[in-house]
Amino acid sequence: MSISDARALQVQQMESADADIFTTPDGRRIGGPILEMRNITLRFGGVVAIKDISFDIREGEIRAIIGPNGAGKSSMLNVISGFYHPQEGEVWYRGMRRARMRPYEVAREGIARTFQNIALFEGMSVLDNIMTGRLNHMKASILAQAVWWGPAAREEAEHREKVEKVIDFLEIQHIRKTPVARLPYGLKKRVELARALAAEPKILLLDEPMAGMNVEEKEDMSRFILDVNDEFGTTTVLIEHDMGVVMDLSDRVVVMDYGKKIGDGPPEEVRNNQAVIDAYLGVSHDDA
Amino acid sequence: MIYREAGDYKLTYGADAQTFPIKGDRWAYWLALAFAAAVVPLFLTDYLAFALLVPFLIYVIAALGLNLLLGYCGQLSLGTGGFMAVGAYAAFKLMTAFPGLNIVFVIILAGLVTAAVGVLFGLPSLRIKGFYLAVATLAAQFFLVWLFTRAPWFFNYSPTGMITAPTRTLFGVPITGPSASGVSVYLFCLGFVVVLAWLARNLTRGSLGRSWMAIRDMDIAAEIIGVNPLRAKLSAFAISSFYVGIAGALLFTVALGAAEASEAFGIDKSFLVLFMVIIGGLGSILGAFIGAAFLIIGPVLLKLLLVNNLGWPTDLAAHVEVMIIGTLILVFLIAEPHGLTALWRTLKEKLRLWPFPY
Ligand SMILES: Nc1ncnc2c1ncn2[C@@H]1O[C@H](COP(=O)(O)OP(=O)(O)OP(=O)(O)O)[C@@H](O)[C@H]1O
Ligand SMILES: [Mg+2]
Repeated sequence: MSISDARALQVQQMESADADIFTTPDGRRIGGPILEMRNITLRFGGVVAIKDISFDIREGEIRAIIGPNGAGKSSMLNVISGFYHPQEGEVWYRGMRRARMRPYEVAREGIARTFQNIALFEGMSVLDNIMTGRLNHMKASILAQAVWWGPAAREEAEHREKVEKVIDFLEIQHIRKTPVARLPYGLKKRVELARALAAEPKILLLDEPMAGMNVEEKEDMSRFILDVNDEFGTTTVLIEHDMGVVMDLSDRVVVMDYGKKIGDGPPEEVRNNQAVIDAYLGVSHDDA
Repeated sequence: MIYREAGDYKLTYGADAQTFPIKGDRWAYWLALAFAAAVVPLFLTDYLAFALLVPFLIYVIAALGLNLLLGYCGQLSLGTGGFMAVGAYAAFKLMTAFPGLNIVFVIILAGLVTAAVGVLFGLPSLRIKGFYLAVATLAAQFFLVWLFTRAPWFFNYSPTGMITAPTRTLFGVPITGPSASGVSVYLFCLGFVVVLAWLARNLTRGSLGRSWMAIRDMDIAAEIIGVNPLRAKLSAFAISSFYVGIAGALLFTVALGAAEASEAFGIDKSFLVLFMVIIGGLGSILGAFIGAAFLIIGPVLLKLLLVNNLGWPTDLAAHVEVMIIGTLILVFLIAEPHGLTALWRTLKEKLRLWPFPY
C-alpha cells in the first residue's frame, strides 16, 4: 500500500467514523472505531490460537469477548497489549496502523489492562501497586527524585491525589496501606482494576475480572465497570464467561471458538445465533 | 503506649510519604545521627575506627548498593567484589593521574566509573534472569579481578602489583595515607553514608523505586502496565554499581591504604555483602545498616567475648563464629527473607498495640 493510499484510507475511516457516532438509550456516547483488529492470525508452533479474526472496538463502548476455554480470548488481549505479535494481520489504533510495539509502549499509548491470573506486585502495598499505574504519567528525572526536592515531591503528591480518587471510587480506602499479599482474592481483583484505572487509559482491557467471585462481588465489579464507562467514557474490552454479566454489561459481543470468530453483534443477537449455541453446547464451563 | 501512631494524623500526601511517618522514629533518627556525628568521635580510638567503624560504614554503602539492585529490583549480582575493585582502581588511577583532584571528587568519580561498568555488565539482565544472571555476574567478578591483577596499567606497573593510596587532605586534614587519623576518616565515611542512605531512600520511594519493585515482583506484568524494562534494570545496575564503586574506592583509599585486587576484592567480598543484604533484609534501607553491623561488628564483639572474656582459643572462636553466621544465613533464607528488619517491624507492630493486644 502506498502512502497516499494509506492516507486516503485513513481519511475515509475518519469520515465514516464521524457518521457512526451515536448515543445509546441510556445516554452514553459511542464513537467510531478506536481499535481495529484486521485479519489477525496468531500461531504457537502448530497451535493456531487466533485464525484470521477481524473486529473493531468503538470509542466509549463495552465490548465483550466470549467463547469456550482455549478459544483464544486471552491471546487476543495479549495481541492488543503488544505482548504477542501476530504472524498475520494488522492492528489499527485511532485511525493509524500500529507498528510492532513493546508492551510498555502500548501502555503509554493509553491501553491498560487486568489479567486472568491476578498479576499484582506482591511485595508492595495496595497504594504502591496503584501508584505504579501512574508511572507512565510521572516525568521527574532520576536526579530530581534522588534529592526529593521541588518537582519530584510535587509530582508525587499530585499523582497520589489522582490515585486517592481511584481508591475512593472503588471503595478500597480501608486497605490502602495493606500489603497486597495479605488480601483475599476478590479484593485483589479490585486492586488490579484500580491499578489499571489509575493509568487513566483510553482503552481498558479486562480479562475475566469476575472469575472466581461470589454473586455479591460480581455485582460490585459489574457496577464498577459500568460506572467507569459511564463517568469517564472509557472504552472497555471485557472477557467474561458469565453470560448474564455479558448480557447486562456489553454493547456488542465477539464470540470466539477454537481461534475463529463465530459471532459478532449486540448481545441478544449473539445469544440467538445458532453457531454460538452449538459452540457452547456440550462444552462444559466452570462458571458459564 | 509510648510508641504510637494514633493521633499522629497526616494532613498532606507529602507528609504521608515521609521517610519516618511516626514522630518517635523521626526523633530516634536525629538522635542516632547526632550521636554518630558528635558523641562517637569523642571516644573514638584509631583501633576502634579502623578495625570496626570505618569498615562498618563502608560496607553499609556496599550493602545499600546491592540492596537497591537485589532487594528492590530483584536482580541478583555476585559481582559486588569486582565492582568494588573497579571503584578502588578508578580512585587509584584518578589520584595518581590528577594529584590536585579533591578526594571527595575522586571518590564520586570512581563511583561514576563503576556505574558505567555496572551498566555494561548489567546488559545481560535484559535477556536472562535468576540463576543465569547470577552466573553472568560471577563471570564479571572473575574477569574484573583477573584484569586488575594482570594488566599492569591499572596498578601503574608497580613491581608488587599493589596499589597504594597517596596522602590527600580535606580542609587541611589528612584523609588518606598513613597520617590520617581514625576520627577524620570515620567522619569522612559517615558523611558519605548519610548522604547516600538519604539518596537511596528518596530513590526507592518515588516512581523509579516503584518501577524497580514492579520488575522485581512480576516483570511481565510490569512491562505490560508500562515499565520500560531496559530503563528500570539498567538504572538499577548503574545506581547500585555507583554505591558499590564508592564503597570500593573508600575501602582502598581510607581504610586499607594499599590493596591488591584478588586479595581485597575477591569473590568472598561478593558473598559478604550478599549475606549482609539477606540478614539485614531485602528491600530495606535500614537493613543495610543492620546487615553490615551484624557481619562487621558482630564477629569482632564475638571474638572479644569468646577469646578475651571466656578465654577460648582463637581458632575455636573463629570456627564458632563461622558456624553462627552460617546458621543465621540459613535461618533467614528459610524463615524470614526480609531479615532482621522484618523482625524489628513485627516488634514495632506489637509495641504499637501494647499493652492492649486486641
Ligand atoms: N504462550 C503460549 N504458548 C503456547 N500456546 C499458547 C500460549 N498462549 C496461549 N496458547 C494456546 O492458545 C490457545 C488459546 O489460549 P487462550 O489462553 O487465549 O484461551 P482463552 O480463550 O483465554 O481460554 P480461557 O477461557 O481458558 O482463559 C490455547 O490452545 C492455548 O494453549
Ligand atoms: Mg483466558
